[in-house]
Amino acid sequence: MNLKLIINIAFNLIRARLKQSIVAAVGVTFGIAMFITLVSFMNGLNNLLDGLMLNRTPHVRLYNEIKPTEQQPITLSKDHKGNTNFIQSIKPKDRGREIYNSQSIINELKHDKRVIDVAPKVTAPVFFNTGTIEITGVVNGIDVPAEEHLFKVSDYIIEGNVFDLNNENNTIIIGKGLSEKMMVKIGDVIKITTLKGGLVSLKIVGISQIGIAEIDNTVSFTSLRTAQMLLGESAGYITDIQVKLTDVAMAPEAAKEYQSKFKIDAIDAQTANSQFETGSKIRSIISYAVGITLLIVAGFGIYNILNMMIYEKMDSIAILKATGFSGNDVKWIFISLSLIIGITGGLFGLLFGFTLTNIIDAIPFETSSLPTIKTYPIDYKITYYFIGITFAVFTTAIAGLFPALKAGKIDPVEIIRGK
Amino acid sequence: MSHKVLETKNINKYFYDPVKFRVLSDINLSINEGEFVSVVGKSGCGKSTLLYILSTMDTDYEGDLYINGEKLSLKKDKDLAKIRNEYIGFVFQFHYLLSEYNVLRNVMLPGIKLAKYSMQEIEHHAMEHLRTLDMTDQALKMPNQLSGGQKQRVAIARALINNPIIIMGDEPTGNLDKKNSDMVFDIFDNLVKQRNQALLIVTHDPEFAEKTHRTIEMADGKIINHSSIA
Repeated sequence: MNLKLIINIAFNLIRARLKQSIVAAVGVTFGIAMFITLVSFMNGLNNLLDGLMLNRTPHVRLYNEIKPTEQQPITLSKDHKGNTNFIQSIKPKDRGREIYNSQSIINELKHDKRVIDVAPKVTAPVFFNTGTIEITGVVNGIDVPAEEHLFKVSDYIIEGNVFDLNNENNTIIIGKGLSEKMMVKIGDVIKITTLKGGLVSLKIVGISQIGIAEIDNTVSFTSLRTAQMLLGESAGYITDIQVKLTDVAMAPEAAKEYQSKFKIDAIDAQTANSQFETGSKIRSIISYAVGITLLIVAGFGIYNILNMMIYEKMDSIAILKATGFSGNDVKWIFISLSLIIGITGGLFGLLFGFTLTNIIDAIPFETSSLPTIKTYPIDYKITYYFIGITFAVFTTAIAGLFPALKAGKIDPVEIIRGK
Repeated sequence: MSHKVLETKNINKYFYDPVKFRVLSDINLSINEGEFVSVVGKSGCGKSTLLYILSTMDTDYEGDLYINGEKLSLKKDKDLAKIRNEYIGFVFQFHYLLSEYNVLRNVMLPGIKLAKYSMQEIEHHAMEHLRTLDMTDQALKMPNQLSGGQKQRVAIARALINNPIIIMGDEPTGNLDKKNSDMVFDIFDNLVKQRNQALLIVTHDPEFAEKTHRTIEMADGKIINHSSIA
């Protein structure tokens, strides 16, 4: 097969029908550009929303759940073994919220190959006192460097510096909603009452804003030491161990493993944030579906134009066959013709898609709930461009295949004799 | 006896639509190199049908066809296309030039397909054929800029580009006036004399047929007369 000649003929056929060919190619361009834009934008949005929640939550969180003892005394009793026991009004057992032996668990986790890092945490419900009013809230005692490494906590500190928590004792960073309610700013001192009744004064060194009002109205951060002191506990007191894995997909399995290994409760990110996963998936499906639909429409355009071209070029096909082109050669002429339209249209589509996403990326998108976001989010991933061009080639090849098969089967005798 | 370029043995062909009808019955003929043969007959006698079978484009027949000593019946489309490309040149009533290409490129096309020579050589051959046909000045024009007679000459040049052993024509002078028709005959005559190529021309022009070496007369799908003037 003389490929160069076949492509040359295909090019000349396109040139002879340049306008229609351009229209067909524009169909593909539009489809691909829209596909790239949609997918990039949707995934940008997905990443943003995932980041909002998933990046801030540990892949696996180890803690003590408040729950009743699994093995109630009656089930342990030999006398009642094999019976079905109904027990009513069971109360959860007070095991305390402290994770026992936390230091050795952390050490062991740090040696696990799947683990990026571990961040211990102390959470404690407290009351913030302002005047005569007490506002309920939560204090998160964090290991600042580890927390910064895993969750980029500094992204959400809109005023002040998170490392100041370590530099000075008895300091606190409070949520923006909280600071507005109490009408305080950096440098002010606030009073906090713990559940046990202790009263502590802490200096504000920063304001945080996560973007979820409910959290911003209640949350505050201190160093681990400050939180432990606040609760009147020793330096080993830890209520949560947050683990980040190299791959979030391994989280459910790892959670199960840690649960049985350390005899502690563990929850993975997927379970904790199942609604976010669902949302992301549906958005991806929608963007792919729209992109594919556009391409199929473009494919029909190509199919039509090729069919028309074949009817117009019957004579040429007949003489090509008479002078030594086989049905296969003619078929490849039309397939390459279709592919030329598809690839040209597709490449322009990628270009326009890239331009369009750049434009969207530059549009200001400022919302008080997302302090780190200044413009609409776009995910520039080379994979989308590969998928896009593959789609373009695939749909045009399919669209071109049927007319090409028809052209290959044209009987030159019928056409020549028909004259 | 010189070399046979084309031979048929008991070729039969049927049309099935609307009823089974025998178009060709037991056609036996052979053509030698350097022979100028015309096929005549009334309209509907099967002469064109025969030509398209001989041209290998129509494969729906019974019997055997040999070109250059090679049996072609039952060969695949791809192989037949190759044989048409290399051994057969066509001239039809209509010129069938590709409107996308200029004259030179049209002539070169079967040569490029054959890919036996380099592009420069093919171009050189094409120009030579155009020169013998007195078409050198038109080489870079597009087909739609030519007159009917000129187009037919380009079509002849295209048929010659691969130096075929046989040139087949289906009423090649059918659309031409007397002057152009005579000219086409002279071109064919020269080909036979100078290049020793065989010619098989279907025509209904008795004057044209008379001037050829041999005339095969057909009626009702049978050869009724081989008249030879040589």
